[in-house]
Amino acid sequence: MIRIKCPICGLRNETEFTYGEDANVNRPSMDEQGVQPWVDFVFNRDNPRGWHKEYWHHVQGCRQWVVLERNTLTHEIGNCELARDAKLPPSQASEAAE
Amino acid sequence: MKRLATGGRIDRSKPLTVSFDGKSLPALQGDTLSAAMLAGGVSLVARSFKYHRPRGVFSAGVEEPGAMVHLRDGGRHEPNARATVIEAFDGLVSSSQNAWPNLNFDVGAVNNWASPFLSAGFYYKTFIGPFKHSTKFWMMCETFIRRAAGMGRATHQTDPDTYEKRNAFFDVLVIGGGVAGLSATLSAGRMGAQVMLVEQDFDLGGAVLSDPVGSESESWVSVVRDELLAMENVRLLTRTTAIGAYDGDTYALVERVSDHLKAPQNHQVRQRYWLVHAKRVIMATGAIERPLVFGGNDKPGVMLAGAARSYLNRHAILAGQNVVVATNNNSAYEVAADLSQAGASVQLVDMRVSVADSTQAIARAAGATVVLGHGVLEAKGVKAVNRAIIAPVDVSGRAIGPAKTLKTDLIAISGGWAPAVHLWSQRFGKPVHDKASAGFVAPDNPDCPIQAAGTTAAAASLDEVLTQGFNQGVAAAQAAGFTGDAGEIPVTFDTGPFWQAGLSPAWATFNAKGKCQGKAFVDFQHDVKINDIDQAHLEGYVSVEHLKRYTTLGMATDQGKLANINALSRMAELRGLEIPEVGTTTFRPPFTPTSIGSIVGHEHGRHFRPTRLSPIHHWHVENGAKMTEAGAWMRPWYYPETGEDLRAAYVREAAHVRGHVGMVDVSTLGKIAVQGPDAAEFLNRMYVNGWKTLAVGRLRYGVMLREDGFVMDDGATARLGEHDYFMSTTTVNAAKVLALAEHLLQTAWKDLRVHVTTVTDQWAAIAVAGPKSRALLSAVSDADLSREALPSNHFTKASIGSVEVRIHRMSYSGELAYEVYTPSGFGRHVWETIHAAGKAHNLRPYGTESMGALRIEKGHVAGPELEGRTTMKDLGLEGFASSKKPFVGSVLRKRPVLEDPERPILVGLEIEGEKGAKPGSLLFPADGEAKGHGDGWVSSTTWSPALGCNIAMGLLKNGKSRKGETIRVINFVGGETLTAKVVSHHFFDPKGERQNA
Ligand SMILES: [Zn+2]
Repeated sequence: MIRIKCPICGLRNETEFTYGEDANVNRPSMDEQGVQPWVDFVFNRDNPRGWHKEYWHHVQGCRQWVVLERNTLTHEIGNCELARDAKLPPSQASEAAE
Repeated sequence: MKRLATGGRIDRSKPLTVSFDGKSLPALQGDTLSAAMLAGGVSLVARSFKYHRPRGVFSAGVEEPGAMVHLRDGGRHEPNARATVIEAFDGLVSSSQNAWPNLNFDVGAVNNWASPFLSAGFYYKTFIGPFKHSTKFWMMCETFIRRAAGMGRATHQTDPDTYEKRNAFFDVLVIGGGVAGLSATLSAGRMGAQVMLVEQDFDLGGAVLSDPVGSESESWVSVVRDELLAMENVRLLTRTTAIGAYDGDTYALVERVSDHLKAPQNHQVRQRYWLVHAKRVIMATGAIERPLVFGGNDKPGVMLAGAARSYLNRHAILAGQNVVVATNNNSAYEVAADLSQAGASVQLVDMRVSVADSTQAIARAAGATVVLGHGVLEAKGVKAVNRAIIAPVDVSGRAIGPAKTLKTDLIAISGGWAPAVHLWSQRFGKPVHDKASAGFVAPDNPDCPIQAAGTTAAAASLDEVLTQGFNQGVAAAQAAGFTGDAGEIPVTFDTGPFWQAGLSPAWATFNAKGKCQGKAFVDFQHDVKINDIDQAHLEGYVSVEHLKRYTTLGMATDQGKLANINALSRMAELRGLEIPEVGTTTFRPPFTPTSIGSIVGHEHGRHFRPTRLSPIHHWHVENGAKMTEAGAWMRPWYYPETGEDLRAAYVREAAHVRGHVGMVDVSTLGKIAVQGPDAAEFLNRMYVNGWKTLAVGRLRYGVMLREDGFVMDDGATARLGEHDYFMSTTTVNAAKVLALAEHLLQTAWKDLRVHVTTVTDQWAAIAVAGPKSRALLSAVSDADLSREALPSNHFTKASIGSVEVRIHRMSYSGELAYEVYTPSGFGRHVWETIHAAGKAHNLRPYGTESMGALRIEKGHVAGPELEGRTTMKDLGLEGFASSKKPFVGSVLRKRPVLEDPERPILVGLEIEGEKGAKPGSLLFPADGEAKGHGDGWVSSTTWSPALGCNIAMGLLKNGKSRKGETIRVINFVGGETLTAKVVSHHFFDPKGERQNA
């Protein structure tokens, strides 16, 4: 059982959150017409070993989406910030499309 | 076996009524069930898992592999209860399991002779080989295995007891109340840390409880206990097992609050599940004695040496009169001494040739005979041991001289000890091999939040146990931020020898040919013999993880507590490797078998999840509605009139709506307030259709897709004000839609000035439908509902029963219809007001079943069609999609595979005959073989009062061009074939004239 430090609510139990998805994928802009960027966004994911950024939803709390650092090897929990404020690395998918 | 007149930690003034298989046992307060069995002369307790071999009491603790029973009766009946950890209580009823017709004469014991066919990998081998083209043989074997591979049977009755869960936060959690755990608690507690000490026994002391009464160790424990009890920052919890170590420094404990009683008293729970968050953990869980492997080592009368000592000193039971103590280490000398002093004739057979005189003296001084350089080759006896065959052995345990026979009724064995590192291993993986103790320990790492102390860390002397515990307590308190003074270590005391010094690595005895004589067990509970491991090796298994699964070693309820190290030793020998090179497996939670009840706690039945009730719920119940579950919601299913069943009621209700007027509670619909200057742009992106032109006062039906282009949800959204929209979703998808909206607004669409809030619980909603709905609502409200004043897809504010409401003109049934929205608190009042006014208009309430019938007649899609695998095109909704703007899923919905003209599309089916189709039935052409998945499936089905026949909606390949075709509707589950005509799914009033009246 992990505990997550929500930037709004403080240290809260994992059961208040739901996992969303990989936070390293960037949603293409709405006017993107190409199929491949959308396929990459929806379907293609890396499966990294080690630290990883993920979207979690504080669904039983402030209803904010957060970006949580989690170690996929040890399940350690790292930094947690509001998705609104997060600076995310460009995804491999969008790099490949460029 | 007999109870001695003196000694033991039992209360002779408190006899208890305890029975096993109807036989009364002479139990005393302080006994375990196994102690009571031994005191009562019960040697045969159970039949083994696979071969149904007789088994007795083998241990005195959680590692017990054999003495498992059925405990209690009725709803409290519990299978596979380990007699060694069940505290005797007054009224305890137990019985044998896995034996038929009875324990003494067990038909299943024939498996013992069939054992060559039940060897390693039997389960796997049965699947393949000569029978691979037929499942018949396997089915037969499975039946056989299920019957034969018996464990206890669970009850079908409801557990009458309650369980609860509790969270707790501590600086330091000490697991194990022996000497190491007590001294760790003492130092951490003195330094001011909040400390919890848990002990699975009902008493503190650990191994000390197996020392003779009146020992120095006993007074040490009582001094420390008194000091701990006086500390307010220390919590002692007995009868509590730490079963799991989890991520985030969370530890699961199960406190057996009432297991030692016949039934919980004073409204107490049966068990309490603790989730403890602790900064540091001291694992003082001790060590588990390892068995020696030889023929017949599983027979009743073979017992761990430490257990024999425990029964003697704790329960005053001498488990044998003619005792053979077999060992490869020093720890058994004290056992021999104690048994001998208690009056048994003891022969200590040590596999080692040379043992220090001082150690030998411990046994000899008490009157025991010491035989060095010998091992037990085989235990003889049918249902209990009566002879031991011993022989001189070399360092590897192989016989090197003539064997001789000793008369015996107890063989007490010790193969060294295995540190109980389970909790560390659960979190951090594979423990490391420690050569000195020939066991596995947690690797040295001062930063690890779990630190071992005492015999868990293979401490080799009592001084070391004390010091380690004390120092680990100091370190843990410091790591948690405490700097206080821990004071002095309490005075030490003397104790017998530990197992490490001079331990012989020999763990099994073989005859001169290098074979074990008879059936020699490594895993006692799963009946895995040494030659099963040999066979797995011959078949090429090299990984311990594979060996484990192939032989099922270590996979029983004891999780290999006794078996693991001996199995690894054998693997290493066979492969010519050292044990560390062979490696070990990882332990998984729980440490000991755990009742489902404790894990479930209160979360079962109606408490499994919240039940959501509409604000009008109680009216429905009071007025005779049959309720049904819709997700977490309770909804009125139908309102039966006298003598009506579901079918009669819903057919009447649906017809009534088309003929007169009905009202239905639709408060469960998801409702989301969408507010902000960019709300229209937000809706434009969420829905497939356009929203920029929607005027205030109007509403519009919309469809939403998922990011992958499949349909997610549909519903209507009303524009209440310039920047204020009111979105409705289906009941089941409300949470999903809101979460997606929040995600997009907080990530990709941060630029949109929009706020979304759920208002599902804030609004009650009532649909009023039928040709007389306008007349009714005009009479009960102050609104002008004329066709001109309120056309379709418009709403107006109004007052009903002095309450402000919003009336949406919107139809789901296909009739002239309205939806009345009112704040939840007035929901029932508004419902009742409309209902009362409805008398003059022949109004009837209707439920979800008739609502479904009405929407199927209209061909509206709902949950069974919006099931995540259907596209707009599949459902005939493509016309809603705007081509002028992008929206969620707009690109991916056009993937070629989703545009395939062969994809099944939505059609209507008119079923021939009186019988309706079952949802999920498959569709096949009228002729030809009905094989595979067919051309499509039935999604929704009903009797249509309007059409006077059974109808259904379904998805059918090339459905568009098949109108008029007769097809077969096959329900393979029920074995039924129906005939249907393919028609448009807009069965009734396809032009929508009625709703626009
Ligand atoms: Zn929060």
